[in-house]
Amino acid sequence: MKRIALHMLMGETGKYLGIVAGVMFASLLIIQQLSTLVGILTQTYSGISAVHADIWVMDAKVKSIDDSKPMTDGQLGRVRSVEGVAWAVPLYKGSISARLENGDTVVATLYGLDDTTFIGGPAQMVQGNLADLRNSDSVIVDEMSAMDRLAHVAADGSRVPLKLGDTLELNDHRVRVVGLCKVGRGFQSLAVVYTTYTRALSIAPTQRKNLSYILAAAQAGKAPEEVAGKIGRVTGLGAYSSEQFVQKTLHYFLTETSIVINFGLSVIVAFLIGTLIAGQTFYNFTMDNLRHFAALKAMGANDGMILSMILLQAGLVGMLGYGLGTGLACLAGLAGQDSVITFSLPWYVLLGAGLAVVGISGISALLSLRKVMKLEPGVVFRG
Amino acid sequence: MKTTANHVIECRSVKKTFGSGASEVHALRGIDISVEEGEVTMFVGPSGCGKTTLISVIAGVLDATEGECRVFGKSMQEMSNDERTRYRGKNIGFVFQQFNLIPSLTLKENVGIPLMINGIGYDEAVERAEQTLGRVGLGERAGDRPTQLSGGQQQRVAIARAIVHSPRLVVCDEPTSALDHTTGQHVVELLREVAAGDGRALIVVTHDNRIFQYADRIARMDDGRIQGVYGSFQEMADAEKVLQ
Repeated sequence: MKRIALHMLMGETGKYLGIVAGVMFASLLIIQQLSTLVGILTQTYSGISAVHADIWVMDAKVKSIDDSKPMTDGQLGRVRSVEGVAWAVPLYKGSISARLENGDTVVATLYGLDDTTFIGGPAQMVQGNLADLRNSDSVIVDEMSAMDRLAHVAADGSRVPLKLGDTLELNDHRVRVVGLCKVGRGFQSLAVVYTTYTRALSIAPTQRKNLSYILAAAQAGKAPEEVAGKIGRVTGLGAYSSEQFVQKTLHYFLTETSIVINFGLSVIVAFLIGTLIAGQTFYNFTMDNLRHFAALKAMGANDGMILSMILLQAGLVGMLGYGLGTGLACLAGLAGQDSVITFSLPWYVLLGAGLAVVGISGISALLSLRKVMKLEPGVVFRG
Repeated sequence: MKTTANHVIECRSVKKTFGSGASEVHALRGIDISVEEGEVTMFVGPSGCGKTTLISVIAGVLDATEGECRVFGKSMQEMSNDERTRYRGKNIGFVFQQFNLIPSLTLKENVGIPLMINGIGYDEAVERAEQTLGRVGLGERAGDRPTQLSGGQQQRVAIARAIVHSPRLVVCDEPTSALDHTTGQHVVELLREVAAGDGRALIVVTHDNRIFQYADRIARMDDGRIQGVYGSFQEMADAEKVLQ
């Protein structure tokens, strides 16, 4: 009877496609919204992941990477002196105003890297070398901003991407671009500019405290978490392994911003819309076939047979809809790969969407099953 | 109650009531009837007289409120729901008024359904269905869909579906009501030929007097009761003349 169930479903092409489209639409919406949420959440800690440091040290009141509270330079020495610390370097991170040739200003995130080691610098250079930061007034700019936000504006209004050797004005300081790099887009989607720590302090507005973070490494054989704990106890600063800092940042965005609520609502709406569309269409399909199910019952089909037929039909449309929805979501993600659109599709988003589709198909089947199971075969004789 | 020799169906004091209180409807008010082996029995009478309710009880798709129906010696009332469903699947074939063919399936798939319900695999079921379609003159159209056929042809498919698993009892509910006179006659002739015979029985509910001539026995019903059982249409007509 399984093939009969499938042929019953697929034989009515319009309704069949309608149900599959409903589930597909729901899958697409759920995956797209969840992927965007995961993408945005990933952006919140991309600044941590991009820096390959075991340990981050910061003011004890810092809540996330975007919430740096400057420390005095003297703290660097204190951290270096803690037992188990292999090395520690300063990192400046602050917002700065970049003035374009046409007078427009763009807010950028300025990173000041340790003058000697450049630890904390971009992992992937597109043009130039990190070592070129040793040249005077040099900066490295992220590629996407070089093509867009920080690009020169020609007389006709068109944008000419920044190239090596071009100059920029950062907080009234003229700097020269010596490299272009790829960076993971940050939560605030600001342009990213790298330079040395010393130069960053000379460019940034003067403050009494300038040290945003201290990047450190644990000595061989020591766990970063253990050394971070020791730094915290000895210095009174906040010290976390990279993973701990990622979790702390995520926790802040999850609990103290409305991102999850807003996207959560979108996902719930997508689920409801999908359930309504697929459920209603599948329910109608079953209702249209009610007489046939009654005839099957009269001819000797038991409840188990009917149940497996309906579950098979719901399972098939669920699987197809989920596959198509996932495919479309992936295509949309690929299309926006090099744009400002955030999209991240880890396995747990697919699993979550899959479970949602199981829920949608299950609810659709249940709505229909209730009616079919109660159906008396005798109705087939009533006119 | 034992089924007497040659009685394939015996119903005794069968009552069926729908609803309760003020809305109570007595569809069957104590039916006693037996059907002989190999014969065609027609239940006739005006709409609402209880014909369809009676065959529903006989076929085990509806429970009697009182009384008992034995079909080939088995009491439908004594069986559990599952047993009754299995029994129906093996022993009873159905021809419905509106054919009840599934439009999205081919004719051979529609006809093969009773076999599949009885556990026969898809391929074998459709192969045997094709042969049965040949018996009703539609072998060439086994791959078509019901919507491509005329009403008469669809009813022939329904007959093929009712007999494909060689049931001992075929129950037909108004098989000619949706058909013109000639087609209706052909359908009943076909039913007689393929569904009645040794060890089997055919029950037809109808109020189409044009097909009464094909009955071996006619049970006239009214108001939930059997008013009379006649050996032929002529006998029934004569009896009614006397009554008038």
